[in-house]
Amino acid sequence: MSTTETTEAAKNDGAGEPTDSVTLYDVDHPAPVIEPPRKRTAKTPKASRGNFEMQTWLFMRLSGIVLVVLVLGHLLIQLVLDGGVSKIGFAFVAGRWASPFWQVWDLAMLWLAMLHGANGLRTVINDYAERDNTRFWLKMLLYTATVFTVLLGTLVIFTFDPNIR
Amino acid sequence: MSTATLDKNDSAGPVDSAENSASHLITLTLRIRRFNPEVSEDAQWQDFTLKIDPKDRVLDALHQIKWEQDGTLTFRRSCAHGICGSDAMRINGRNRLACKTLLKDINPEKPITVEPIKGLTVLKDLVVDMEPFFQAYRDVMPFLITNGNEPTRERYQSAADRERFDDTTKCILCAACTSSCPVFWNDGQYFGPAAIVNAHRFIFDSRDEGGEQRLEILNDRDGVWRCRTTFNCTDACPRGIEVTKAIQEVKRALITRRF
Repeated sequence: MSTTETTEAAKNDGAGEPTDSVTLYDVDHPAPVIEPPRKRTAKTPKASRGNFEMQTWLFMRLSGIVLVVLVLGHLLIQLVLDGGVSKIGFAFVAGRWASPFWQVWDLAMLWLAMLHGANGLRTVINDYAERDNTRFWLKMLLYTATVFTVLLGTLVIFTFDPNIR
Repeated sequence: MSTATLDKNDSAGPVDSAENSASHLITLTLRIRRFNPEVSEDAQWQDFTLKIDPKDRVLDALHQIKWEQDGTLTFRRSCAHGICGSDAMRINGRNRLACKTLLKDINPEKPITVEPIKGLTVLKDLVVDMEPFFQAYRDVMPFLITNGNEPTRERYQSAADRERFDDTTKCILCAACTSSCPVFWNDGQYFGPAAIVNAHRFIFDSRDEGGEQRLEILNDRDGVWRCRTTFNCTDACPRGIEVTKAIQEVKRALITRRF
């Protein structure tokens, strides 16, 4: 039986060289172990009541279905039909927003897309931001940007003036 | 000497097996992630070369190293037959049970890497702290909850009702699924697939009356809604439980309140 033992630390003389560590750690003074992020312990707070996560989960699915229709229809009208992208100008937008149907279409698309995207980013932040502070401020930034964009867009759709100079 | 077949085998047997015992062995390298907090704070890879039958399991290779080469190698195993769930480890980058993985099935020509499962604190070599895993398991109340007086006879259940949760009764709590979940890697507060599987086993049991309570627990911020359906858990389960399907069924039960 042949026995060859090679350690990577021995090959690359890095920080993990055994000679250094032997002096640092022993049976009475073991090295610190690496704890996983946000470990579950007996002290972890018990389940919080409320259906918020369920509602956002449902919203993602339902808004996704509606957005497929809204966005694909939008892209078709704007970019493919009737001369394609070259026709888009102030007059084209003014003409479309004269009709309440297209106002409602664009408003629904704005709100659903923004909330859908914001919620998706919220889950990404929840999954990946490790520290509580980072998580909190990233989410605040996200919510501010979302509210600003949604309100600005809504304002434009409702107060649009085709005779503006 | 009752049959001719046995006679032939007996006469040819000793010589053959003696020759075979040497010739069918292969040389393979096991690259193991070692960590000993009493020596160093860093984990490092260590290669072991051994001669072994390719039809043996990874656990046999680990035994051979521990018994014949390096007694300090530390890993958990209890029954060694795929039922106690002690020896889940990351073999060639996938969570498996060392006692159910044959060497010939994982390409013994290249070094086989063996690491502890991820997302839990490594205590030594391949041994991890399973406490957070079992804490999540306890939190879903994995026991029969009933109201009223105890019946004088057994609680009856139809075969169809039993079939409803049959898949999730197979869990052996090895943590292969939970420690393969990317959400769990990043946030240990998430209940994890195994706890949800064991909640599923009671939520869909017709004899159990605690379904509402368990659903309420899993409706939490760190409950089933954090599942991203990456199917890592289903791929990892050594018992072949359709874990992601079970999680989806709990989600559906939460929305429809029918279970």
